[in-house]
Amino acid sequence: MLLEIAGLASHYGRIRALDAIDLTVGDSELVTIVGANGAGKTTLLRTISGVQPASHGVIRFRGEDITRTTPARRVRLGISQVPQGRQMFAPMSVEDNLLLGAFTRPRHEIEPELEKLYGLFPRLKERRRQPAGTLSGGEQQMLAIARALMAKPDLLLMDEPSMGLAPRIVERIFDTIRELRATGVTILLVEQNAFAGLSVADRGYVLESGRIVLEGRAAELLADERVKAAYLGL
Amino acid sequence: MTEFFQFLFSGLTVGAIYALIALGFSLIYNASHLINFAQGEFVMIGGMATVFFAAAGIELPLAAVLAVLLAVVVAVAIERLGIAPAKGTSAVGLIIITIGAAILIRGLAGIVWDRNFHSLPPISGEEPLVIMGATLLPQSLWIFGVTAVIALLLWFFFAKTLWGKAMMATAYNPLAAQLVGIDTRKVVLVSFALAGALGALAGVLITPLAPTHFQVGVMLGLKGFAAAIVGGLGSGLGAIVGGLVIGIAEAMAAGYLSSAYKDAVAFVIILLFLVLWPSGLFGLRGIERV
Repeated sequence: MLLEIAGLASHYGRIRALDAIDLTVGDSELVTIVGANGAGKTTLLRTISGVQPASHGVIRFRGEDITRTTPARRVRLGISQVPQGRQMFAPMSVEDNLLLGAFTRPRHEIEPELEKLYGLFPRLKERRRQPAGTLSGGEQQMLAIARALMAKPDLLLMDEPSMGLAPRIVERIFDTIRELRATGVTILLVEQNAFAGLSVADRGYVLESGRIVLEGRAAELLADERVKAAYLGL
Repeated sequence: MTEFFQFLFSGLTVGAIYALIALGFSLIYNASHLINFAQGEFVMIGGMATVFFAAAGIELPLAAVLAVLLAVVVAVAIERLGIAPAKGTSAVGLIIITIGAAILIRGLAGIVWDRNFHSLPPISGEEPLVIMGATLLPQSLWIFGVTAVIALLLWFFFAKTLWGKAMMATAYNPLAAQLVGIDTRKVVLVSFALAGALGALAGVLITPLAPTHFQVGVMLGLKGFAAAIVGGLGSGLGAIVGGLVIGIAEAMAAGYLSSAYKDAVAFVIILLFLVLWPSGLFGLRGIERV
């Protein structure tokens, strides 16, 4: 298993945001977590990245216990995140945003990686000198994804990549996710758009009030009556 | 005309010192969006520690280096003991912590050292150069040179190195900085260390021209802050230009009006800028699309 989470809990002050989470992600898998607003999806990804402390339980990455490891060290181990709301370094150029994505990598590997990602996202190459804050929402999302990939992650965490974007752009983002998984990147995706999120996934989890209430093959979840009723609007 | 050049030289000299102090403000601001009101105390430590190390028999150049190192240690201590434990405190709360640190340092300096004025010999003598009928002390040339070199080094650091960019990134978006693997605690610590060194360097350079005292940091810190605001907090070029603007305005006011107005000038300028042009001459206006 690439990522193993057992009995994980996390709190904001005295409010419990996550409770007894058990979750695994295997190599080259795409796993989607669906759930309503406030179910704890973002908290879960923040806890995996280490920017939110775990109050209980264990997170293992390639068998190594990383529950108390600093966020910076987790990036070095191979966990990279595309955060919710894109989180640009807004006044800095597109290229600087990308270079910072590779902060943990050896210097000589940065340039080739940059060219590779410009190949994948030609739009970003056109705008490389522009401040990231001036890009459109869709372009910023592409940049957020590219920046996370600059770290060459073994596990890519994606938090609501479709949020606030026009349907046509959302399609583009999901095409990109499909392309990424075809290249063998392991992805843990969090989506409010349950249908789109589960459609690209191998497996899925349903999160409700900080607990996992359902898990299974993505296709099974898509066909599940409860999921349909609660999240797919069917 | 001779008079004018005389005032200009003295304004440029003190302005370059303000610029060094303003660079310290900007460095810390760039890494953490924090305004460190203990910046002036680093200047005081630079001058006072050099004087007292020299009095203890240490060669002057080495005494100056040790004084700069002492300021770095103090700056790091402020960050570790004052700022880091207060994580999550509001901006105003953090500013008050730095004001408290400044008062503590000043008090300790008054006790550990003394409450008298002290001076240092200039680096290359006191034989003035005469330019356009006005005199310019060699110490002023040292101050211009050191400030210029420091400004270039900092420009290179922030514009060209990944570590410099990581420091800026930490200020713009600390969450994103952590998520790309930047150790944000280390970044803030390094910014304090650098700001301590810059402040102390300013203190070492100015003491031969303006005697130092345990309370000298208050006014110098405020002038440096004014320079940083005029230039635009966080902008390196702004800190330099802001420092020179304040220094020259002060010297002109003291020369042509009355030296009683000297200190008032900086504060009138800072008020005007805060009201009319808060982003300063070279400050970044918000360019962000949400």
